Amino acid sequence: MSYQPIRFYQTGTFTVGNRLLPEAQRSVQSGRERTNSLNSGHRACQGCGEALGARYAIDAAMAATNRQLVAANATGCLEVFSTPYPETSWQIPWIHSLFGNAAAVGTGIAAALRVQGKRDVRVVAQGGDGGTTDIGFGCLSGMFERNDDVLYICYDNEAYMNTGVQRSSATPPAARTNTTMPVGESTGARFGQGKNLPLIAMAHEIPYVATATVAELRDLEAKVRRAMEFRGARYIHVLVPCPLGWGHGSAETIKMARLAQETALFPVFEAEHGEVTNVSKLRRQLPVEDYLKPQSRFAHLFKPPGHADLIARIQALADRNVQRFGLVDAAEDAQ
Amino acid sequence: MLKQVEGSAAVAEAIALCRPQVICAYPISPQTHIVEALGRRVDAGELAPCEFINVESEFAAMSVAIGASATGARAYTATASQGLLFMAEAVYNAAGLGLPIVMTVANRAIGAPINIWNDHTDALSQRDCGWLQLFAEDNQEALDLHIQAFRLAEELSLPVMVCMDGFILTHAYERVDMPTQAQVDSYLPPYEPRQVLDPADPVSIGAMVGPEAFMEVRYLAHAKQQQALELIPAWADEFRRVFGRPSGGLVHEYRTSDADVIVVALGSVLGTIKDTVDMMRDEGLKIGVLGITCFRPWPAAAVRNSLQQAKRVVVLEKSLAVGMGGIVGNNVSASFSGSPDRVHTVIAGLGGRSITRGSLRRVFEQALADSLEPLTFLDLDRALVDRVLERERVQRRSGPIAEGILKDLGVVAAKLG
Ligand SMILES: Cc1ncc(C[n+]2csc(CCOP(=O)(O)OP(=O)(O)O)c2C)c(N)n1
Ligand code: SF4
Ligand SMILES: [Mg+2]
Repeated sequence: MSYQPIRFYQTGTFTVGNRLLPEAQRSVQSGRERTNSLNSGHRACQGCGEALGARYAIDAAMAATNRQLVAANATGCLEVFSTPYPETSWQIPWIHSLFGNAAAVGTGIAAALRVQGKRDVRVVAQGGDGGTTDIGFGCLSGMFERNDDVLYICYDNEAYMNTGVQRSSATPPAARTNTTMPVGESTGARFGQGKNLPLIAMAHEIPYVATATVAELRDLEAKVRRAMEFRGARYIHVLVPCPLGWGHGSAETIKMARLAQETALFPVFEAEHGEVTNVSKLRRQLPVEDYLKPQSRFAHLFKPPGHADLIARIQALADRNVQRFGLVDAAEDAQ
Repeated sequence: MLKQVEGSAAVAEAIALCRPQVICAYPISPQTHIVEALGRRVDAGELAPCEFINVESEFAAMSVAIGASATGARAYTATASQGLLFMAEAVYNAAGLGLPIVMTVANRAIGAPINIWNDHTDALSQRDCGWLQLFAEDNQEALDLHIQAFRLAEELSLPVMVCMDGFILTHAYERVDMPTQAQVDSYLPPYEPRQVLDPADPVSIGAMVGPEAFMEVRYLAHAKQQQALELIPAWADEFRRVFGRPSGGLVHEYRTSDADVIVVALGSVLGTIKDTVDMMRDEGLKIGVLGITCFRPWPAAAVRNSLQQAKRVVVLEKSLAVGMGGIVGNNVSASFSGSPDRVHTVIAGLGGRSITRGSLRRVFEQALADSLEPLTFLDLDRALVDRVLERERVQRRSGPIAEGILKDLGVVAAKLG
């Protein structure tokens, strides 16, 4: 069993300290008014990062909008595990139309609300990485370009999980999926492919773009709240580890998300109107092996004789993120 | 008020009178004039409150309409041909979700080879998608059917496709009687949705349904279309009462009562067919016409009833089920319990090929003389086809078919290189 040391009552952090924090800083989830928008009883796997991320994000959006929220959902794990006929986990008005059109359905909802004069009702569209970076990309880019009043949330588990773990354009290099198997000469997903959707979103110069992980749920809540302060197109990209697809223990979801951030493989930042405005700094950048090793999707990198070259290339990607986003302060770097 | 306007302008004005709330569109000939006209009206503030959304694809157009309709807005879009295919997944979805969207299809051929001219392949490719499909014979009917479409759609909570022939109707200037806003308002009450995304009463729309209930959901879609068979004539009667003219309904009979041969068709070609029939009637030939206004739901009983007395039925259609024959013809045949060999299919006008009275007369005379083949391709250039088949027989690298045909025809551009 994995073991995560927790130090209680750390001042200046949100680790456990809801009870020690001033009211205003407490998490939405800790409040009795939380809406349980994605209610219990759904069919997600144990330790599903996507279920966790969606629950926090949508509850935060509900809190930020005074419960005036409508959601459009793309096909994918989140949709399938939340609405098995005749049950639904959603406590909010929710529509699932197709795999590739959540952003456009969001646009339609927003347009209908506008003509009805319902300015206070806000719209969230959400989907997995496949529904966002691949098949739904056209609709998403269109929604961004028109600056429609929709918050789009991508729950990125780095593959098509609902169909059984196939590669998407968010799958990281060297990862094993069922369509990027490390067999023969192949070493998993190729380098040099894939899309960086947060940067693409920024290139549309939309009012707000943010990344987050389920390791920093308070940060995710804050970003959803911040997003709701803007009108127009907004994008939040949440890294949500998937125990089934990544091959880690179901108790290690948060840990994997944290390692993704701390190795700098997943930079956490905010941007407004195309400019980065805030970066979650790393106290210390961890080597990528720390993140890769516990996941069976990268196991082939560590089988004798090993793939030091590939690990070095992944490390280079992390280092590039450190450079690009200024993830590590020089002073702390020197420590 | 009588007006001499382009078909697209007439339809745009009819849509405007229906007080749409969300219009989304992606351009494709020959639909463009309709949405351009609507865009101008929205921009000028004439339709307020109404949103006109320039989307990035037809798939998005239908998806925006889905979101808008599910949020209680009256939603409209228009497309044709490749555009209809590009949105196909969302077309099925709108029907499956039971959302009363109205869409104009400015009927156009489907490529390859790419062709912008009129036939019915686009709309008929979606015949099983769960939408109601109405076909306009002329611009007056196109205008009228759109008004009826919103009424039907919202009554049934099902989407309705109004099909009008690309260019032949969309771009033709004809006289139309444009209703008043008061007339339309009295016929079409504000949209009262059956399901709506509303924070005050949250529902989940579009949940996953497995084998335990999927059959029932599909059956309900079928049952609703059966209801439509009753509602469509009822709302056409109501239309006549309010607007003072007959329009819509399931089928139109023309000189069928004592006819030995009845010609069945959809859309604007009915005009040419009626002219031809009039000529033949003048000569004492017993021939009549049955126009199908409502293609989905298929009005089997009405068709059976209208065709009962005829010795021969000629289905003239602008569509082809490749590898099988006629689509409309097949539906007509299926409407008889007796002998389907009374039904002859004539495929005509594909990709905008002119359908002339002379050619029609030829096949109708063959039908009267009992010498018409079960399946005929009107005015097919047999020699051209044979040349291509021969080339393919003798030559492995026979080249692109369309280019080869154009070369054979001596079309100038194809001679380059
Ligand atoms: C048009 C279409 N193509 C393919 C599918 C099959 N499909 C359903 S969910 C899914 C994977 C979803 O992946 P992602 O968006 O990353 O969400 P996840 O399940 O990983 O959360 C796929 C490929 C579909 N439903 N529709
Ligand atoms: S497969 Fe992954 S994303 Fe899907 S429910 Fe299981 S843990 Fe969640
Ligand atoms: Mg995924």
